[in-house]
Amino acid sequence: MIRIVNLRKAFGHQQVLAGVNLEIPDGAIYTVIGRSGAGKSCLLKHLIGLLRPDQGEVWIDGEEITSLRGQALNRVRARFGMLFQGGALFDSLSVYDNVAFPLREKTRLSEAVIREKVQERLTQVGLSDMEKKFPSELSGGMRKRAALARALVSEPEILLFDEPTTGLDPIRVNAIHHLILDLHRLLHFTAVIVSHEIPEIFSLATHVAMLHEGVIVAVGTPTEIQESPDPVVRQFITGEIEGPIEVN
Amino acid sequence: MFALVRYCARITDQTLREMGRMGIFLSVALLHVFLPPVPGTQFLRRLHFIGTRSLLLIVFTGAFTGMVVAFQGYIALRRFGGEAFLGPGVGLSLIRELGPVLSALMIAARAGSALTAEIGIMRITEQIDALEVMALNPIKYLVVPIVLAAVLTFPLLSSVFVVVGIYGGFLVGVKLLGVSSGAYFSQMSSAVTSDDIWSGVAKSLSFGLIVAWVCCFKGFYADRGAEGVSHATTQAVVMSSVLILVWDYFLTSVLF
Repeated sequence: MIRIVNLRKAFGHQQVLAGVNLEIPDGAIYTVIGRSGAGKSCLLKHLIGLLRPDQGEVWIDGEEITSLRGQALNRVRARFGMLFQGGALFDSLSVYDNVAFPLREKTRLSEAVIREKVQERLTQVGLSDMEKKFPSELSGGMRKRAALARALVSEPEILLFDEPTTGLDPIRVNAIHHLILDLHRLLHFTAVIVSHEIPEIFSLATHVAMLHEGVIVAVGTPTEIQESPDPVVRQFITGEIEGPIEVN
Repeated sequence: MFALVRYCARITDQTLREMGRMGIFLSVALLHVFLPPVPGTQFLRRLHFIGTRSLLLIVFTGAFTGMVVAFQGYIALRRFGGEAFLGPGVGLSLIRELGPVLSALMIAARAGSALTAEIGIMRITEQIDALEVMALNPIKYLVVPIVLAAVLTFPLLSSVFVVVGIYGGFLVGVKLLGVSSGAYFSQMSSAVTSDDIWSGVAKSLSFGLIVAWVCCFKGFYADRGAEGVSHATTQAVVMSSVLILVWDYFLTSVLF
């Protein structure tokens, strides 16, 4: 279980997280929704130690990680995979080498075993015929799928998705969501997804939390969130201009 | 007046912070140089990029530098009837100063700028974050191979620069202007000592460290998208070049 307690983070004078509290159960597909710039990606980066909070705690299965450094932090990170917004594939490596990268660098597996694992993941994301291509030769959707294959290849227990479908057309959005769902059924990881793909994300998530002005304003199942009477949640879901959320 | 004082205080504060960050960055990078494992593939890749791919540029600039030094030297020495000392003039100026400094400036412009841009793009596209998520130390993986490759290739490229420059000087001095071939080389070999050669090697080795340090640091902390990378690249080349010249002065005053 991931437990976030009173997490606060400011960049200069801008308070991005102002006391976030959240509990993410094992095996869940937990989605954090909120406006662009609400601090969703910032929250995600705290879960894996890429950012350090000004105050608050992040507990992963009973271990507080915000104070960890070096090898201790790497040991926790080894349990995670992350799909970045732009994919973050290494430009100088082919799709195959990108997916093989974590295994080559962090394990002592033979090249034959690595090949088998990489091909399995590439087949799962539908890129088995693209292994020799470089990231610059792929479409946006393909890059996301290749990044997903890389994130999955080391079989993480927890997978973080930072806006996995931003910038894709509706068909590709659905395709990626179905892929995440299929892989979740197959591999049983805990997924934390940051997204503002409304309403598509509701068909994917088991739990939804809404982040607004640095705090979690609503938590529940997708149905509970969709039926929430909270005016902030309602305005965000319906996308209305008038309401408590100011449109800058 | 008050605004000027406040502006100066802000600039001083920013400069001191930047220097502190650069100092910590260098210390961490040097610490990881001595900690196993060495990222072998990355090291060979950087060795090829900084070393092999700079070779033609170094040969070209070395040849023309030697030629122009010989020309200017000949004109100056002829006034005193000292044309026979052209060899020592060309040799010493190349070995002590021009070889290490000009080759370092050329490599900083060619390879240093590209390395800053590459690391900067990795930063803004979250590739460095991806390394951290994979529990890999980005300084170990990205910076250490560059530091090692630069420290190894700068003295070698400087040596190439010097040798080619000496033969460039020979071409102009002996073949074009009629200085005796024997005098050119014999006077040079008697004037140049092993201390001159080692001081040149020490200089280019330290210039390699400076270029790797500054260019990696600027790329590593690039931000604000494409404009930020462009800004970091410009800053890296300017700062490397200025530091090379300043450090050259200090080393010269200590070594000679």
